[in-house]
Amino acid sequence: MVISEPKPLEEILESLEGQDKVFLVGCTECATVCQVGGEEQVKEMAETLERHGKTVMGSVLGDPGCHLLGLKRQFREHGEEIGAADGLLIMSCGNGAQTAADATDKPVHVATNTLFVGRVARFGHYREMCSLCGECTLEQTGYICPVTRCSKGLLNGPCGGATAEGKCEVDPEMDCGWLLIYNKLKEQNRLDLLKAYVAPKDVRMHPAERTLSREGGGEA
Amino acid sequence: MSLRPVLESDKFVVTAEVGPPKGTRMEHVLEEAKLLAPLVDGINVTDIQAAAMRLGSMAACHLIKDVGAEPVLQMVCRDRNRLALQSDLLSAWVLGIENVLCLTGDHPELGDHKGAKSVYDLDSVQLLHVARGLNEGRDMMGNELDGKPDFCLGAVVTPGANPQEMQILKLEKKVEAGAEFVQTQAVYDVGAFRDFMERLGHLQAPVLAGIVLLKSAGMARYMNANVAGVSVPDPLIKEMAEAGQKDKAAKAEGKTADHKVRTSIEIAARLIRGLKPLCRGVHIMPLGWGQHVPAVLEAAGL
Repeated sequence: MVISEPKPLEEILESLEGQDKVFLVGCTECATVCQVGGEEQVKEMAETLERHGKTVMGSVLGDPGCHLLGLKRQFREHGEEIGAADGLLIMSCGNGAQTAADATDKPVHVATNTLFVGRVARFGHYREMCSLCGECTLEQTGYICPVTRCSKGLLNGPCGGATAEGKCEVDPEMDCGWLLIYNKLKEQNRLDLLKAYVAPKDVRMHPAERTLSREGGGEA
Repeated sequence: MSLRPVLESDKFVVTAEVGPPKGTRMEHVLEEAKLLAPLVDGINVTDIQAAAMRLGSMAACHLIKDVGAEPVLQMVCRDRNRLALQSDLLSAWVLGIENVLCLTGDHPELGDHKGAKSVYDLDSVQLLHVARGLNEGRDMMGNELDGKPDFCLGAVVTPGANPQEMQILKLEKKVEAGAEFVQTQAVYDVGAFRDFMERLGHLQAPVLAGIVLLKSAGMARYMNANVAGVSVPDPLIKEMAEAGQKDKAAKAEGKTADHKVRTSIEIAARLIRGLKPLCRGVHIMPLGWGQHVPAVLEAAGL
């Protein structure tokens, strides 16, 4: 799940300056779950923008908002409203915003800040679990990611900085990721896994722009 | 001469630590190094300690060597990627630095540049591995070096960290990766350190127990509350508090007194005497009280 949060309204209004007719784009997936770009939030945004003197020409929930061909098709279905709009306000993640920007010639604006890939701990509470490093070492660490859960991303064990309560030196609210790993493996009687040297990661797996084309995946 | 021959001898090894200035005024560090050099086997120079920006360890190591000290370059993984770490190691070697202590490094969040990007491209175990590779004449990609260093490599451990077993697991990896000596975080409890050393029984590398001079009861309480893995027992805090009160009373009578300094020296010397049968040496971190280290060593019978 891509976790994002709404930008402050002032920032959104500033980005929409001079664009009086706006078309709204939400998303049925992540942005719906994190309540930034679901049906309800799109409706609220329409009301808010109207209060600030904008005309909302229409809206659509991308299904999902990061599916380029799907979004193009949905935009075609709303061709008239989008055609009459000055710009589009995208209420999904940065991925969705860029997908929308490629699916229309109109200017797009984003209503969210995209934060991380995470899980829904409970409604409204999200936790980053994976840093998308491209070289998964979870098998050695009891399925607790040291790249994400250790604030230094250490691969061979903890630093000496955890507090007596097992919290990270960076944030007293945050558990030491390595303590979690240790406790889990100890419970499973698998501490031997921590004895193996873990080599440095190949950061080329984490370049600026990653793509993946699966065989038989069809055309992008 | 690196630390290696001393570590291989039967001598009880003593190392100390100096911290470079925040700025360019090196006089104090050089004076401290000059004072300590004849008394100790090596002097660590901290590397942007506590993530508070300051003059670099490499330059300071080079300069204290000129005043007769045997420098131990502390190198943290926080600020440099693998290119810079390896390059700096080679640079250090040609500047006459023969000992390197490899550490993770405190997070920028703890320092005075909180918005800094932390690097941690390598961790301390990997850095040791890479440094050993340089010693063997190749960089971490296996490329051959034209001229190679021969560093004596060190690692750190926090005996008081909880759980200790996890620290020991990592320390074993550090020694396997190439650490030839181990310096510990501050130790104040000889009994607890004995237990720790017993659990390390099989470890091949010599261990130097960390000694941080207590400057006051307040400092001890501060460390207990804020420094990970450090625990000053109450009786020591009480000793320092009483010494502080005596100093205050003397001052009220218009006299000068140095009970706190004397008590600090006595505590450190007592710890060293207690630790001596348990490990191969001590690493004294005076934190600005370098001038009292000679008295500590004398009182400890070293």
